Amino acid sequence: MKRYWWKILCVLILLYVIIGGILLPVPAIPKLNESARNLFFHVPMWYVMIVCFLVSAIYALRFLLKSQTKDDLISREYVNVGIVFGCMGMITGMEWANIAWGAPWSNDPKQVSALYCLAIYFAYLILRYSVKDTDKQARLSAVYNVFAFALLVPLLFIIPAHFKSLHPGTDSKPFEALYTQASQFRKISLPAMIGWILLGVWIFNLRIRTLKLQKPELFS
Amino acid sequence: MKKITFFLTLLMGLFMTLQVHAQQASAPPVEMAGVLHQNGKIYLVVLVLVTIFAGIIFQLIRIERKLNRLEQNNN
Repeated sequence: MKRYWWKILCVLILLYVIIGGILLPVPAIPKLNESARNLFFHVPMWYVMIVCFLVSAIYALRFLLKSQTKDDLISREYVNVGIVFGCMGMITGMEWANIAWGAPWSNDPKQVSALYCLAIYFAYLILRYSVKDTDKQARLSAVYNVFAFALLVPLLFIIPAHFKSLHPGTDSKPFEALYTQASQFRKISLPAMIGWILLGVWIFNLRIRTLKLQKPELFS
Repeated sequence: MKKITFFLTLLMGLFMTLQVHAQQASAPPVEMAGVLHQNGKIYLVVLVLVTIFAGIIFQLIRIERKLNRLEQNNN
């Protein structure tokens, strides 16, 4: 029970987000209309991705400092989970853009920079699998990982802010949207952020435990 | 005298904000999915979403239990 409580919490929060996110009233904002509800589903995908990549970079740094294989594996698995959530953010974003902006892809600065960010992490995986020597692979990808995260912040938050974008929240400061949201939004968007992040961590947890069963010697 | 001017400006400011709110209220209504709520079909969508979510969580829990069993066997 002690180990499970946060997984139960995750399911309960997400149930609330799915039911409340559809049924509770949202502020009537012109152009957004009911699609504002995507705030509880599309946006958290990116939060999960950012959190995964952040933790991954921290473990990459830890690996460079302590040289424990375990940290490298944790770092890799967080990238794996983060990429899946990033792709879901991308796809849901394109589905939304198809309705809101008239086309799934319009070379919007926010879209392009998000794509770059995903491409950088795909390149991380390619780099990993192209180096055969395990020790060299871990060291190289850890260095790359730290630089990749250092690039992610300006790509997602700073560069798009300097261009004209269709994407809401781009022109303002990155997290301003969360603060200035009407309380009606925040009632769901805050639990949504926590719930989806917990789901991402849960999936990571399953992945790393599988790996531990497969190769217990790497974790000692 | 100073106090009176202070209160007057405060009152004026209050009145102006109220006016702004009144103007906002008179703006054309934003179209929301009122019909979907009226005929109850939105509940169907919620039911479908909850069912899918339950399925996904069911699978996650199954993997979880399988892993637990394997971890117990290993120890």
